Amino acid sequence: MTDLVELPLYDLAHSRAGDKGNRANLSLIPYRPELYPILAEQVTEARVLALFAHRGATRCRRYDLPLLHAFNFVVDDVLEGGVNASLNLDGHGKTQSFRLLALTVQVPRHLAP
Amino acid sequence: MSDIFLVGNGAGFSGDRVDAPIPVVRTLIQRGLPAALFFEVLGERTVALAQLERRANPEAGFEPMLERLLAPVLADCFHHRIPILGNFGAANPPAAARCIARLALRLGLPQLKIAVVAGDDVMASIALDQLPVHEADGSIDTRSARLIAANAYIGAEPLVAALKAGADVVVAGRTSDPALAIAPLVHHFGWSLDDWQKLAVGAACGHLLECGSQVTGGVFWDPGRKDIPDPANIGFPIAEVTRDGGLIITKAADTGGLVDLRTIKEQLLYELHDPAHYITPDVVLDISGCHLEQVGQDRVAIHGLKGLPAPESLKVTASFEGSWLGEGEVSVAGPNALARAKATADVLLARLKLRGLPVRARVDLIGVASVHDSDDGALWRAYEGPEPPDIRIRLAAEGATRDDVDQAAREVLALLCCGTAGTGGARWRVTPRILTRSYLVLRERVPTSITTRTAAEIAA
Repeated sequence: MTDLVELPLYDLAHSRAGDKGNRANLSLIPYRPELYPILAEQVTEARVLALFAHRGATRCRRYDLPLLHAFNFVVDDVLEGGVNASLNLDGHGKTQSFRLLALTVQVPRHLAP
Repeated sequence: MSDIFLVGNGAGFSGDRVDAPIPVVRTLIQRGLPAALFFEVLGERTVALAQLERRANPEAGFEPMLERLLAPVLADCFHHRIPILGNFGAANPPAAARCIARLALRLGLPQLKIAVVAGDDVMASIALDQLPVHEADGSIDTRSARLIAANAYIGAEPLVAALKAGADVVVAGRTSDPALAIAPLVHHFGWSLDDWQKLAVGAACGHLLECGSQVTGGVFWDPGRKDIPDPANIGFPIAEVTRDGGLIITKAADTGGLVDLRTIKEQLLYELHDPAHYITPDVVLDISGCHLEQVGQDRVAIHGLKGLPAPESLKVTASFEGSWLGEGEVSVAGPNALARAKATADVLLARLKLRGLPVRARVDLIGVASVHDSDDGALWRAYEGPEPPDIRIRLAAEGATRDDVDQAAREVLALLCCGTAGTGGARWRVTPRILTRSYLVLRERVPTSITTRTAAEIAA
């Protein structure tokens, strides 16, 4: 059995958030290509949607980019109305990438940093 | 003509570092290759804010930092035949052209040719009610909401026409961001406007460069994790594009920041939804089969881009007068700060209720939870410790009238006497809000035109 360790995505990947209206996109880019299939299996649309449930997010779609070794998550209704309607200091949701990076995954010890 | 063309970016938004274009232009000149420089300074709401400024002052309503951005580079660009393109005209491209003309005369460049692009402003020409809605935020009753601005995202065609007319500076209002990079490439290489494969390369070039330093280390650097050299002096990006559609991203020489696979990936996916359909007025870009190659220090090649035919419709973004936003903040710090901050938050919300102010409100505890939180404060309410040393309490209130939200925000000010022990540092402000809605309009309904004149003619 493989020896697994639980780590925040922050230790394994990086991310950037962008907005369009009340929708955010969050990239997720593993530092090592070997991590790509592991993240593909564990960082599901449902888990990412749940991360933003408290803000009213309604839908999450993941686009896979296997040649770039990257994912693009598009989360609907997550920006509390969007930059023009939100009461949030960060109406664009630029800081949300680091909420995603706090999510934990289990990886084989030899792939841990 | 040379087989390599350089595209430099001098600004990624209105508010960017004003000294950024200097090393970019210095590098373009050192490289000795044909080149263009573009400035992208128009966010979704920026045109509306500029339109409000223009209402107050007919000579305002364009990029406020325009002169500061161009003054150090305009003469060098003119003498080295590096055309400058920008959407810095915002809501008033003719006034921006007059500003540039005055600057040119001061710099001894009366022959500088300035083109003004018109046609993006469709407020008077198109009835929005009859258009299909593309995106909307908040809820807008467009029958009663007061329209501030309506602008179509126009493509590269009029910009190419301006370059063909010999423009040294192309002043546009709303354009698609990638068009600012596509246009000089189409002009230089003579690419056809239906050569989707080439336009895809231009669109990717524009997409990667349009946010300036975001592809060279800005909003990328993370101390100790993703370090970059000299973040106080991040070099802005330069693209090397070849006639057959090769694309390499690099940056201004002798600057900070970096270009590597990580910075390119972050920016490639930035504000992207379906990676196979990035819609621009000129081409639909497909990056789903794209791959990257580090070809030198601070040099990354982008391969495998695909282009699909341009859409029949253009996006029009309309801005309406919205509600008012009131914000107030105070701080607590030291022992028992968390309990004092939570109690202050509850008291603020109780005060709004007690006074019956018709506002929608939210409280953040900055230092505990704010930007990741929800309007009901789910995260900070659940937070038990450890005790943060310093917390800023922020109230945000939205309402239909300025007075109501001002009264709400002033409840924060009142805490200077009525608040918990050791409350201080109050600030409050009230700002008008703008609502936006996007529509789709057939491109034939958005005719564009250009006017090209010298600085001397414009200033006369």
